[in-house]
Amino acid sequence: MNIAYSTELICFLILSVVIVSGSLAVVLLENIVYSAFLLGGVFMAVAGLYLLLNASFVAAAQVLVYVGAVNVLILFAIMLVNKKEKLNPIKGLRTRKLISGGVCGGLLVLLLRVSVTTKWNLPGPNSIGEEATERIGEHLFTDYLLPFELASILLLMAMIGAIVLARRDVPVPTDYTSDLKTNKVIDDKKIPLLSENSLK
Amino acid sequence: MFENSIGPVPLQAYLIVAAFLFCTGVWGLINSRNAVRVLMSIELMLNAVNINLMSFSSYIDGSIIRGQVFSIFVITVAAAEAAVGLAILLSLYRNRVTIDMESFNLLKW
Repeated sequence: MNIAYSTELICFLILSVVIVSGSLAVVLLENIVYSAFLLGGVFMAVAGLYLLLNASFVAAAQVLVYVGAVNVLILFAIMLVNKKEKLNPIKGLRTRKLISGGVCGGLLVLLLRVSVTTKWNLPGPNSIGEEATERIGEHLFTDYLLPFELASILLLMAMIGAIVLARRDVPVPTDYTSDLKTNKVIDDKKIPLLSENSLK
Repeated sequence: MFENSIGPVPLQAYLIVAAFLFCTGVWGLINSRNAVRVLMSIELMLNAVNINLMSFSSYIDGSIIRGQVFSIFVITVAAAEAAVGLAILLSLYRNRVTIDMESFNLLKW
């Protein structure tokens, strides 16, 4: 085992430990701000796995899109709706968690068994490595052209849809901002939750 | 068990990590009461699928790498989903003043 092999192995082990513990922490932690930052860490570790798999372009796209856009969006949403609310207790929450944990554990065992016992068609053709970016470009503009164009339309639709959904069509009174400085609690302000138009 | 592997890391190791990530995402999706955490769990599941696609693309389809193209499309769809999902969440919060998933039962029978 030469030094490149052991370096790759150590990198894979570190990244997988980060992914597993980070995803558990994202799901289990009480404070959701910690969860959001750890989610960014999990995304970065997944990008590291892509680098180990000789896919530098997808790793860069993962960092840009997930860490740069999705995670920041999630943080913004948390900051916008972060109200400490007292969740009313549900009857049988513990049994519900146990049952769903059993179901997910069963799914995990099933997936592990399939991935270990299946005879994969290995070794495949040699990985093209650094040419991957050029090859992805060729794919996107020849045989995957229609999905590529559909993806652009989908992104446009998502952008317009997000703007329409998140737009606040409630007329804000002019003294609203000056009132905000005096009493800091936004929640106590009587903002009309539904505009008159949406009730008709 | 892990014969035929090219590098030091077998294909199955990537699949195991992805399976664990996916199951964690499913559990979080079912059990979260905060709606933002539900969206985060969906992102975890999409990342698990992406790891699977990328590892198969690198180990089995190394010369054509269709899996990498697929994972780029998955990343695109995930970005669109996150934007629309968080917009829906904001509008829900504006109408109901809560993000507890248990209170979003307007469409229940």
